[in-house]
Amino acid sequence: MDGLKQRITAAIHNQPQPTVTVLSSLLAVEDAIGYIPKDAVEEVADLTGTTINDVWAVASFYPNFRFDPPCEHQLELCWGPSCHLMGAMAVIAAALDQVGVEGEGDTSDGKLSLRYNTCLGACAQAPVISADHNLMGRQSPEKVRAAVTALLASPSPHGQGGN
Amino acid sequence: MSFVELAAEADRRWKSLTEGETPWIRVGAALCGKAAGSDAVLVALESSLQRHGVAAQISEVGCLGPCFAEPLVDVQLPGGSRVIYRDVTPETAEEIVASHVVLGTPVAHLALGYIGESSIDGIPALSAHPMKASETRIALRNAGNIDPGDIYQYIANGGYQALNQSLTEMTAQEMLEQVNASGLRGRGGAAFATGTKWNFLAGSKEPVKYVLCNCEEGDPGAFNDKGILESDPHTVVEGIILAGYATGASNGYIFVRHGHDGPVDRARGAVEQAYELGLLGQNILGSDYSFDLEVALTGDSYVSGEETALMEAIEGKRSMPRYRPPFPAQVGLFGKPTNINNVKTLAYVPEIVAKGGAWFAGIGHGRSTGTAILCLSGPLNYTGMVEVPMGLNLNQVLYEIAGGIKGGKDLKLVQTGGPLGGVLGVDNMDLALDFEVFREAGAILGSGGIIAADEDTCIVDLTRALIAFCQYESCGKCFPCRMGMSHLLEVLERICRLEGERGDLELMRSVGLNMQAGSLCGHGQLGFNPVSSAIKYFGPEFDAHVLERRCPTGACLGVKFSPKLTRR
Repeated sequence: MDGLKQRITAAIHNQPQPTVTVLSSLLAVEDAIGYIPKDAVEEVADLTGTTINDVWAVASFYPNFRFDPPCEHQLELCWGPSCHLMGAMAVIAAALDQVGVEGEGDTSDGKLSLRYNTCLGACAQAPVISADHNLMGRQSPEKVRAAVTALLASPSPHGQGGN
Repeated sequence: MSFVELAAEADRRWKSLTEGETPWIRVGAALCGKAAGSDAVLVALESSLQRHGVAAQISEVGCLGPCFAEPLVDVQLPGGSRVIYRDVTPETAEEIVASHVVLGTPVAHLALGYIGESSIDGIPALSAHPMKASETRIALRNAGNIDPGDIYQYIANGGYQALNQSLTEMTAQEMLEQVNASGLRGRGGAAFATGTKWNFLAGSKEPVKYVLCNCEEGDPGAFNDKGILESDPHTVVEGIILAGYATGASNGYIFVRHGHDGPVDRARGAVEQAYELGLLGQNILGSDYSFDLEVALTGDSYVSGEETALMEAIEGKRSMPRYRPPFPAQVGLFGKPTNINNVKTLAYVPEIVAKGGAWFAGIGHGRSTGTAILCLSGPLNYTGMVEVPMGLNLNQVLYEIAGGIKGGKDLKLVQTGGPLGGVLGVDNMDLALDFEVFREAGAILGSGGIIAADEDTCIVDLTRALIAFCQYESCGKCFPCRMGMSHLLEVLERICRLEGERGDLELMRSVGLNMQAGSLCGHGQLGFNPVSSAIKYFGPEFDAHVLERRCPTGACLGVKFSPKLTRR
């Protein structure tokens, strides 16, 4: 897995902003690789002069980090209050049914990682979902089923994963 | 380049864009536009132009306000008025290009309105639209009008003049006086006097001092911070530099949640351009003042928006609130004196400096000067972002500006100031947009999010959803908040299942009091608001669930879903 190590090193050493921290480094790894491999925790600790315990403490706090490779596609479903009032519960139920899962997590075939989100930031278009990081508003149970089908049929985006 | 030369170059570029040879097509591509499908519209416009063999400048712009009509496409022929097209699809994009761009004939039936001097047959003025008629745009003055990725467009519209004027003509003390005179108060939620806050920082003689711009904005129903940052990032950057100059700060950060790519990219781009033109860095515009600014990101965490938790996140740690005192103005980011302002607060500053504090103080209501930047969501006819003078009442906002509830249904309640702000029943719709008026009514005007709910909404179900959010987003540092939220959620879920027990409301009150007394930050202190306000306005509906075991709206018998989410 030398390639992975090189990607981790490149990600944490090429951060655009001057202030480099444990959190900024973890976010850079997530952006580049889609998850936080164990090697990244060690390398971030070395770079920032902290311990792996410190790095795990930060990584485990923010729920956008995951620690195993993500699936080919990412689906996020918003359940914030605006979306709730506009029918998010029915949209989520339809999405879960279409994907064939009971809740958050990865499908067993490695095709889709499904997450809930507390606010995707486009409340005027509620209910909102995000399919491979593309926002899609004004969802209904029918639309979200079609969106799931289209997502699974699309090519997996490069640099998948992360929030 | 001197500022005069910069401004002249910006003017030249703006004139060639608006009065030159080719049409200018602006596509609303803020989060609201993207969610409505602006990407596909952009592709369709480009291929249509190519097919017709016509040249046009296409820009992705920010949020013009009427998000309900997104994707918006705004076509301006050289020297002419702008026509704003609504609900554009790839198909209607083709029609717009073929008729308006190629033949010069606007497509009246697809238009929302026009903006400009010359009227257009069959198309109403956009300024007559209910969402626009009451507007006074200060912080949003450029939103949807300029390309947020082009600093020259901001300068051509008066941008960075306040900064140039301050650096050349005003002392830091004079700037502080203008901000004090404006009566500007923090728009992040606490409504603290901005001038007073800046005075605290200005009083410190430390060489390294920080000014932070808070765009964490985790409040569901609020998207105005992200909206401003991605629609007009330079008004925020200029506001931060001015805040830095007034307080003698050396460094600044714009703090945004990772994953909101539009606002993050726009902010980073704006900072980079400001450096390139000498508006940031050493000796800004040739003056003695130097200031460095960068963009810092947080992971998913609502509490990151709390000012001390925000500093923890910039330092790269878990975003948990700190004990106070010491206050940030003494010991803040990296142990240095720090000032934190919301995006909206800072976005007003350039105009306040340019036009004077008294001008700003002349707008508004009582001690709430200036405008309210509102995010309207829920089942309203016109959802979106508006900037109106403080003092309008909720009836005007909901029925005039937002056009009332969809399908002619009745309004049941509004939820303001984020989930912690609680709900307001319909008897309160004469409340004026004013920090004190809202506070006296037990509500929070806060950051300006207004979520409407119609008659079909079950109050217990909505309260459960609000508390589910608060429970998920508790950072876990303070025991009363961490456990209290879980406890409240458990009781509310029980009531939703029509399995509530006598004494459940009392039990929740006791939990709520402990949360209020024993939590470090507003999340726990205000965390009982959603429940207490719901019981206050809709007590009988809770009783029906608990005592009669029935849900009057039937919502609790519908889809059963309660995200079982806790922090890992």
